[in-house]
Amino acid sequence: MLGLLRLLALLTGDPQADRAVPPTGFTARLTLFTAGAMAFLAVFALALSLATGRLADRWSAELARTSTLRISAPADQMAAQTAAAVKVLETTPGVASARPLTDDEQKALLEPWFGPDLPVETLPIPRLIEIVEDGDGYDAAGLRARLQAEVPGAVLDDHTRWREPLVAAANRLRMLGFSAIVLIAASTAAMITLAAQAALAANAQVIKVMRLVGARDTYIAGAFVRRFTLRALTGAAVGTLAGIVAILLLPRADAAGGFLTGLGFQGTGWLWPLVIPPLAAVTAFFATRAAALRTLREQS
Amino acid sequence: MAKVLHPFAGFRPATVIETPRFFGQNTQTGTKGTSVIELENVAYSYGGGELFSELNLTLAPGSFHFLTGPSGAGKTTLLKLCYGELIATSGQVRLFGADARAMDRDGIAMARQRIGVVHQDCQFLDHLPLAENVALPLSVAGRLSEAAGNLGDLLAWVGLSEQAAQLPPQLSGGERQRAALARAVIMSPDVIIADEPTGNIDWEMSQRLLTLLVELNRMGKAVLVATHDMNLIRAAKAQVQARVLRLKGRRLQAAGADL
Repeated sequence: MLGLLRLLALLTGDPQADRAVPPTGFTARLTLFTAGAMAFLAVFALALSLATGRLADRWSAELARTSTLRISAPADQMAAQTAAAVKVLETTPGVASARPLTDDEQKALLEPWFGPDLPVETLPIPRLIEIVEDGDGYDAAGLRARLQAEVPGAVLDDHTRWREPLVAAANRLRMLGFSAIVLIAASTAAMITLAAQAALAANAQVIKVMRLVGARDTYIAGAFVRRFTLRALTGAAVGTLAGIVAILLLPRADAAGGFLTGLGFQGTGWLWPLVIPPLAAVTAFFATRAAALRTLREQS
Repeated sequence: MAKVLHPFAGFRPATVIETPRFFGQNTQTGTKGTSVIELENVAYSYGGGELFSELNLTLAPGSFHFLTGPSGAGKTTLLKLCYGELIATSGQVRLFGADARAMDRDGIAMARQRIGVVHQDCQFLDHLPLAENVALPLSVAGRLSEAAGNLGDLLAWVGLSEQAAQLPPQLSGGERQRAALARAVIMSPDVIIADEPTGNIDWEMSQRLLTLLVELNRMGKAVLVATHDMNLIRAAKAQVQARVLRLKGRRLQAAGADL
């Protein structure tokens, strides 16, 4: 809180102090470029985090709401066992609906692996029953016990073994995105610290004169901090804008595109990139302030 | 308000102007009747060797001191001790009654706002016009708005009105020295410390600077000037009661007429 108040005071600070430090082209350009490039990358890292977050939530929700019953039985018993299984499922609390897939639906599922001409009806393919759960879901262990007794060829797949690694992978991708943002912020701080130190070293004479006339360290540092904070804010704003434009230019999400074309922002998620420029400014503020005060201590 | 002769009466058309209004406006008190700067048994070592030791000096309000001595004797170091740029190896330096060693960095900075310093190699912010350089102490102290109106008077007093908009590199040596003096006094400091202020200028300009220092001293400012220029000292002693101190053999001695 104190830091934010300082930041606000700084941005509305003493223009006369600002004038005391001469414009430094090299560090100005370095800070602008660094802040812009890092903000551009941060937009993508943010988009990655949000997209993987959405993916994890969707996979988790969709897979948690459905399960599959697979019935393997001799051909002459297949219909009877399927009907028995459906009967069991319909009387199971937590099951909203149970529907055997048609031959065409099963063929469509196998088509990516075996091609479109697969004679499903001539092959001993298990019958699949799609189970849709209601709000509370069902007792998987109890259902398995009932099926074992009444439909010996039935195997219940509640998608747990698929869902957990997928959701874990998506969550790790989300963490990777957030880690990238943290690394970007740290790199920004490091680059701005170096630029600030270079500016302080280049202005040793200015600092000497200001000290001679009674300037306190906070006054001298303030002149540098204000300049670097505004540069970082400007550079990050440009970088963020460029990042948003780049995201907008990505191909639209479609069924075939999968995850990569879904990279981007949705709804209020578009507001998140707006956080990046102020975050860059806050990072620059603290990085420059720490560097300036440390350098001033060392120079005395 | 007291009227004084323009210090550059022989240089510019003779005129009578008011003393710049800000002189005497320094509201900080606590030094009246006591020393503004006091060194007690001070020693300073540098590079493993002792530059001087057992050094005692008291600058009282309204006093005028010259500091002489051979090159390398430590005159500049002694001045730096007086405005807190260096800390004594041993002994005590008191700035306005406070032990410099015990002062934090902000405390030293605040003390410097009460000490006007003029160096031989006058250092300015070369990207700012002269007027802004002279006003820099006001800006640093957050008093720019309240005292900015006096800036014109001060520049006129040191004869630099026409150079107000020029950048420091465009100024001559004498103009830089006068600008440095103007910057040193704009805060109406209690003490003025000058290190070889006439080292780079001719005799005529030295006389003008001396006149300025004498005028400031008559306004109650303590003045300490380090110089090799014995003619300058003689000229000053003709105008003001000045003590001459000599730094030699690691000790500070009374010199010349003060012996």
